[in-house]
Amino acid sequence: MTAMAALPISTPIPAPIVTAVAGLGAPASLADGANGWRATALRRFAACGLPTRRLEAWKYTDLSSLQGIDFQPAAADLRLADDHPLPQLADQPGHRLVFADGVLQPALSACTPAAGLDVGRLADWLSAADAAAELGAAGEPSPMVALNAALASDGLRLSTAPGIAVDRPVELVFIGGLGEAATASHPRHRIELAAGSSATLIEVHAGGGDGCYLANHVGEITIGEHARLRHVIVQTEGATAYHIASRFVSVAADGRYEAFTLTASGRLTRNEVTVSLNGPGAACVLAGAYLLRDREHCDTTTIIEHRAPHTSCREVFKGVLDGASRGVFQGRIVVHRGAQKIDGHQLSKALLLSDAAEVDQKPELEIYADDVKCSHGAAAGQLDADELFYLRSRGIPEEQARRLLIEGFLVDVFDEVTDDAVRAALFAHARRWFAAPGGPQR
Amino acid sequence: MDSAVQATRDAVEALAGEKYKYGFVTDIEADTAPKGLNEDIVRFISAKKNEPEWLLDWRLKAFRHWLEMPEPQWAKVSFPPLDYQDAYYYSAPKVGKRPESLDEIDPELRKTYEKLGIPLKEQEILAGVAVDAVFDSVSVATTFKKKLEEYGVIFCSISEAIQRCPELIRKYLGSVVPYTDNKHATLNSAVFTDGSFVYVPEGVRCPMELSTYFRINAAKTGQFERTLIIADRGSYVSYLEGCTAPMRDENQLHAAVVELVALDDAEIKYSTVQNWYPGDENGKGGIYNFVTKRGACRGRNSKISWTQVETGSAITWKYPSCILQGDNSVGEFYSIAITNNYQQADTGTKMIHLGRNTRSRIISKGISAGHGAQTYRGLVRIAAKAAGARNHTQCDSLLIGDRSAAHTVPYIETRNRTAMVEHEATTSKINDDQLFYCRQRGIAEEEAVALIVNGFCREVLQQLPMEFAVEAQKLVAISLEGSVG
Repeated sequence: MTAMAALPISTPIPAPIVTAVAGLGAPASLADGANGWRATALRRFAACGLPTRRLEAWKYTDLSSLQGIDFQPAAADLRLADDHPLPQLADQPGHRLVFADGVLQPALSACTPAAGLDVGRLADWLSAADAAAELGAAGEPSPMVALNAALASDGLRLSTAPGIAVDRPVELVFIGGLGEAATASHPRHRIELAAGSSATLIEVHAGGGDGCYLANHVGEITIGEHARLRHVIVQTEGATAYHIASRFVSVAADGRYEAFTLTASGRLTRNEVTVSLNGPGAACVLAGAYLLRDREHCDTTTIIEHRAPHTSCREVFKGVLDGASRGVFQGRIVVHRGAQKIDGHQLSKALLLSDAAEVDQKPELEIYADDVKCSHGAAAGQLDADELFYLRSRGIPEEQARRLLIEGFLVDVFDEVTDDAVRAALFAHARRWFAAPGGPQR
Repeated sequence: MDSAVQATRDAVEALAGEKYKYGFVTDIEADTAPKGLNEDIVRFISAKKNEPEWLLDWRLKAFRHWLEMPEPQWAKVSFPPLDYQDAYYYSAPKVGKRPESLDEIDPELRKTYEKLGIPLKEQEILAGVAVDAVFDSVSVATTFKKKLEEYGVIFCSISEAIQRCPELIRKYLGSVVPYTDNKHATLNSAVFTDGSFVYVPEGVRCPMELSTYFRINAAKTGQFERTLIIADRGSYVSYLEGCTAPMRDENQLHAAVVELVALDDAEIKYSTVQNWYPGDENGKGGIYNFVTKRGACRGRNSKISWTQVETGSAITWKYPSCILQGDNSVGEFYSIAITNNYQQADTGTKMIHLGRNTRSRIISKGISAGHGAQTYRGLVRIAAKAAGARNHTQCDSLLIGDRSAAHTVPYIETRNRTAMVEHEATTSKINDDQLFYCRQRGIAEEEAVALIVNGFCREVLQQLPMEFAVEAQKLVAISLEGSVG
């Protein structure tokens, strides 16, 4: 909350607006007022409130259960023990930032200076720079993004110099649910890759206790010409966690954005990505797997905007749903007028393991140019009885046979991860999901 | 197929001089209600039709509900707001009494139909098609009635049905599309003037294809057709609907409602060729076609199949749907939509799987040329109890010209794990290789395009009854006039 305090407080905020964000992690100091862009964002959020299912973009994801919970920001001096076990994916990250309920843990974080790479916390930049115009401008006026702009205090800031290839990954670790009380955090990340540079960013989100929490992330990613970002996200949030992430990515000519998201737990998860391919040769690959059980809900919403000719995208998402879980996939590919020679492919598949599970898919194409090749596919079904019988007839026990088939269903989406070590680590996460109590036994 | 290709080629060759050949106005005195929309107009229509009290009440309930309803905004179409007060809601051609035979029909009307290519007399003899021709809002000719009566099939205008079999109307009217459904359907419920009614009794296979040609004639007359088809246990009926409208400068609203009910083991096949006036090359004028079509597969093993060829209208807003209630019931949707010049179409289907082992199939082919824009919008919902449900959806879009647009917005909701749901969609332009292949065989570009487009649509064209398939193929080519080169 240091950043909030550092900003000049100018405009008093009307009481109804303060009420609108009370219980969503707003600091008490907000009632005194906020400066220009935060006030604008606050008003924008208060005008629409939490998104409801009446909004087309939120048709399948219901946030109304958030309203009954009184979320508070975590104490700014929250510190984890130095030997707190860290969920991690990369063995040797070059840089690591650890946040506990949204509060940076300096003792657990390690940022070694490197030539051409600038990694730091957003709070420093917020207090130093005039962030006004930039922070408020991201994306369409989505209520959750506005809420983040109003309350964001910290996060990752990463930038590279032209031509620099960052060899070791940058890792972000978020641990939530540490306290007894419900906490909310609104982390914000800014990543800028200069022309010709490349980097790998790994985000690990994990539950660190039984507490209920809301993590409302917003990421702004800019990829320069010929630059490339590999982005890997692992979500093993707590059983009562709400994770809402909105990412805005813009890719310049011949730039490339590759993202993979694995969601293995969390009460409600929404991953929304908007990618804008702005120059010829720009490309993106969005892939992911979600493994759900009990009453978990995972919503993957992607919007890919082809704004220049010769751009391409590929999307592959696969879900395995058990218990009374619900998976949502909303993928939109937009080809703007004049953006010719486009290649766009999208695939969403879901495997339903139980009678109460549900999957809602909405693959969308919006095309205003004629020389394009776009396709999408969506499918839902259960394990094939014949395949199961085949394995059983070979003497493989049913449980193992089922697991083999589920793994077989999932495995190709992991091929979208180019780094072998990361891919293996991700798949190990998926395997752990099968082994967990309440795994797919039927 | 050869003859079909030839037919296509002929059509394309004829393009040079051909404009909208159905653009003409017949001058017939109309018995018209005053302009505007209020409760009195609703009462006027109901009184004109000599309707029972309950129906008037139903109309009034719909009208009052309509006043409160917002315009649907979700479709990807744009048009200036409709002025409901600036239209006539009732207009009937003045005929003394209903004619017994075709010879008694007003010669003006006869000529109109001949220009449209439906010589009633000839059809009566050759095609075996009974035609319930709707001119403006009132049905003026019904043929083959006697033959159908032998089988116990009731095929008449809905106003006649209200007098003849009020119990059936009361039971089924609004049972598939309730008067609260959507703004356009609700308006229709309040002011519908006519339409067709079909009842096929138990175990009867309707001996001929039933057909209605709709026409919009009097200026500023919105058409509000209401069609109700009931197929009783074990029966079968195939129904054809075709539309052409005269050339007009003012936008005209057409808000029809079609309700289908299929009971146990019954099958309804509903085919449409829609060729309302699409507006001129600059997007001026044209029909607004805001139609609610829905079928309920109420009984076990029932089947409803929609086939549509949508080439006309300035704006098409239409989602023929199936509610698959009965176990093992089947829903099908085959569609070709063509938008050229400034036409906009937002069309698709809904397949609601409620019963066990229900199956549905969706094949949608969209062709967008010129400044045309179209959207496939569909919903496939597998309810929790629909064990063993199957769906296969394929929607392909073809783009001709860099100002055209094609969108696909499918919703797929699966709540039963034993269901198998597949959706595929592609968008592409005419394949250069295919075009080159045709060209190097000496086929001119326009012909080649017509050939390729007809090949692209073939799966749907094959679903049409023979009488329509040839006409539809010609329409496909005519609709793409001026889109090449």
